[in-house]
Amino acid sequence: MIDNGVFSDPERERNLFARRLFVGTLMTLLLSLVLGLRYFNLQISRYEDFATQSNNNRVLVRPLPPPRGLIYDRSGQLIADNRPSYNLTIVPERSENVEQLLSELGKLINISERDIQSFRKKLTRRRPFEQTTLYVNLSEAERAILAVNGHRLDGAETSAQLIRHYPHRDLYAHAVGYVGRINEQESQTIESVKYSGTDSIGKVGLEKFYETQLLGTVGSEQVETNARGRAMRILQQTPARPGDNLTLYLDTDLQRAAFDAFKGERGALVAIEVETGGILAMVSTPSYDPNLFVTGISQKSYDGLLYSKDRPLFDRAIRGQYPPGSTIKPLFGLIALQHNIVTPNYQINDNGYFYFEGIERPWRDHNFARGGHGDGVNLSKAIIESCNIYFYGLGIKTGIDLLSNYGSQFGLGAKTGIDMPGERPGIMPNRAWKKGAHGQSWFNGDTINTSIGQGFMLTTPLQLAVMSARIASRGDVRAPRLVKSINGIEQTATQVATNIDIDTEHWDYMHQAMQDVVHSRRGTARSINIELDYKIAGKTGTAQAISIDAEDKYDSSKLNKNQWDHALFIAFAPVKDPKIAIGLIVENGEHGGSSAAPIARAVFDAYMASQESVTLVTK
Amino acid sequence: MHRSDFVRQLNNPGGDRRPSRVLHIDIPLLLLLLALCGIGLTVLYSASGQSIFYVKRQASFMLAGLLAMLIMAQFKPRFWERGSILIYIGGLLSLVAVLYFGVGAKGAQRWLDFGFTRFQPSELMKIAVPMMVSAYLSRRHLPPQFKHVFIATVATLLPVFLVARQPDLGTSLIIFASGFFAIFLAGLGKRYLVATVLSALAAIPTLWFYVLLDYQKQRVLTLLNPGEDKLGAGWNIIQSTTAIGSGGWSGKGWTQGTQSQLNFLPESHTDFIIAVLAEEFGLIGVLSLLLVYLLLIGRCMMIALNAQTQFSRLVAGTLSLTFFVYIFVNMGMVSGILPVVGAPLPFISYGGSAIVTLFSGFGILMAISTEQKRI
Repeated sequence: MIDNGVFSDPERERNLFARRLFVGTLMTLLLSLVLGLRYFNLQISRYEDFATQSNNNRVLVRPLPPPRGLIYDRSGQLIADNRPSYNLTIVPERSENVEQLLSELGKLINISERDIQSFRKKLTRRRPFEQTTLYVNLSEAERAILAVNGHRLDGAETSAQLIRHYPHRDLYAHAVGYVGRINEQESQTIESVKYSGTDSIGKVGLEKFYETQLLGTVGSEQVETNARGRAMRILQQTPARPGDNLTLYLDTDLQRAAFDAFKGERGALVAIEVETGGILAMVSTPSYDPNLFVTGISQKSYDGLLYSKDRPLFDRAIRGQYPPGSTIKPLFGLIALQHNIVTPNYQINDNGYFYFEGIERPWRDHNFARGGHGDGVNLSKAIIESCNIYFYGLGIKTGIDLLSNYGSQFGLGAKTGIDMPGERPGIMPNRAWKKGAHGQSWFNGDTINTSIGQGFMLTTPLQLAVMSARIASRGDVRAPRLVKSINGIEQTATQVATNIDIDTEHWDYMHQAMQDVVHSRRGTARSINIELDYKIAGKTGTAQAISIDAEDKYDSSKLNKNQWDHALFIAFAPVKDPKIAIGLIVENGEHGGSSAAPIARAVFDAYMASQESVTLVTK
Repeated sequence: MHRSDFVRQLNNPGGDRRPSRVLHIDIPLLLLLLALCGIGLTVLYSASGQSIFYVKRQASFMLAGLLAMLIMAQFKPRFWERGSILIYIGGLLSLVAVLYFGVGAKGAQRWLDFGFTRFQPSELMKIAVPMMVSAYLSRRHLPPQFKHVFIATVATLLPVFLVARQPDLGTSLIIFASGFFAIFLAGLGKRYLVATVLSALAAIPTLWFYVLLDYQKQRVLTLLNPGEDKLGAGWNIIQSTTAIGSGGWSGKGWTQGTQSQLNFLPESHTDFIIAVLAEEFGLIGVLSLLLVYLLLIGRCMMIALNAQTQFSRLVAGTLSLTFFVYIFVNMGMVSGILPVVGAPLPFISYGGSAIVTLFSGFGILMAISTEQKRI
């Protein structure tokens, strides 16, 4: 071969090639050695690490959510149970492209922007290999659509879950409360391990208070999974322990009777079993359907509830604070009797006005225009007809220290200690309180206002009921309780303090006076004694919703209804052997006798009816 | 009479009438290839999730490949030397056609679709380039002059860039290596070697900023730090090293690899199949396979050394070195010492085009091998 005029030398070319091939062979062997060393490094030197990692890859520990404890009323009716619901969850790690998956899912089923937003929010808190709920309560049709398209929805899974259900809907909303999805704030305080299988938590009411008991203990299972997270088989399982079941003192019949008796008016009622302190009925109206909150309420529905002028979300029974008005009079009367400040024989003449030395402006009675309650007003008459003038004098003579001290013993001015979250303490004013709250000394005028339950004084309907129960039980101090037993184990209602020290004759006297409020011809609650075959003791009250100038007369016809006085009523029955005590308020109901007392009657009737049926059964 | 003919007649007076001679078969080469096919089908069965379908298809590809090999072995090296320019030009044209009419998957255009069959021109170039460069250089005085090196380099880089445009970085790398090996074996001067290495280094920034696509850069970055993006680009490497590492000395047993059987390992029956072998047969399995490969390459190099013409030498040497590049790139990438490029493991990874191409290359080697004894 000739190239550029130079003769080629086959032997030389051959040798050159052989040398080059030798270099190539050396390189080949060298690089093979590199490969061999690399595989040796992975398979032998680092074997332990990779064997562990491969095992972790394959074995997934899944939480088994515990069924939440059930809640029963005292007769065993379900108040809160769990129902299966199918949710759409996403394991981000399993999906190649979560955004694409979301849009794909959006084409198949109707996922709202809000669901997606809340999903994204949750995604930031969860680890990529955890299931995160996107959409709850899949219908059967939606489940079928997802099943058919499952092959192109890697990372999306349908999972069955038990969700909370409240069969009585709005009846128990405030007392029992509801569970809802764990929010950002809560997720920072809860122990995430305990909630690893659960995405809801008690938000208000009993559901919140007894969260620890109701939650149960999460179980776990080790499953072998493939790379798409599909469980192939179960390797080991630790079952979840269901939450504790609660049985309440609440009685659905009474609750229903009370709820219906409000006829949609704003107000609250608490009924207490005198012997135990157990809450038989606890109503705040208007109410709402707690089921709406379980899987996340829509913004529109929520706004509707939140901004309604009736404030249905507001639990008036434990958070509403109202002046007790005249319902405080039996308590103050008892104090005055016990301390010999008045005797049953002590009488006054009430012409409608009360003057106090050094103060020019008089205090008035509610019937000052008709000349007051007239001659011979003793304590009994002052209770029956609700005479303010009598109590102005009684209050001044007793003094705020004694009133306040006893008020506290009857449950006023402090949280009652009920097993519910969010209770408000009300105000039982005294010298120290005024100094602290207003920076002022206590004046006699303050005592006069306090002595008819006005002025600074505020009570919750629960506190009214507690006071009523303590009067009914002749001073037995018990904390009110909703839960009767947990998992069948009776929760002993403990006496929180020694009996209030008031003599029997005074209890007798006051019970009689309160019975006459209902059963006598001039009693302020006489309207409810028609066809009454048992005895009710009660006391009406009226609390100002707005302050009326001293020169003006309260005239409801000149005011908007939401400025009308609140109507209050405390009562217990039967008088001889009190079983049930009630405190209630009807906002802007005007007169305790006409609007509040009939509600109490309805509850008493329901209670007596249930007792009769119990008696019949035992016979 | 040629001296070698004389020797042959001395050694074998009756003329060589053994079937292997008549059919132009190199027995050691064939046995090693069949061994690889056997290993390949065994691992594939496990890697494909115990799919007899894949195994049957792969076996039929192998039969087709064997047939192609035998046919190519029947032509004399002289024929291939003369035809290489035509094959090369044909390949180049079809590569251009792919850019305009090609079909493909996952964002890459690699195939020409003729309706009844699909053809991947880049596979053809894996053989056409070494043949073309060898044919060109073997007609020059060796070691080659600068002019000839330059022409050979251009002939190599044209298909390299066309394939890189598809984009198919793995194949373009192989084609580049094959062209380079041919020039190197032809006796490229040491100065040029140094210059090549330096210009390759200088080309890295250019490649990075102008040639590599984002996903390709990502793969390089992933190689440097697979932990950074555990669920994205790093997933493949983390899962494959886990599979390999958890194999230990002797592996978890055939079809018992959890990484591959539970689908943690991506591409387990194609590019990442070595990880399945490593997981299920351990280091012993890996080294055994590597040994078979090296024996095969060793046999090829013997053929190259004993080849009769400069063209035969260059082609045989180039094909054997290139064959090692396949192995090194694949095993290196799966074990995380090289970036992830699309590169199948010869005879083990599932895929028809690659198998047929490989066998074709060995067909030419057999033609060369049987020529030497016959002249």
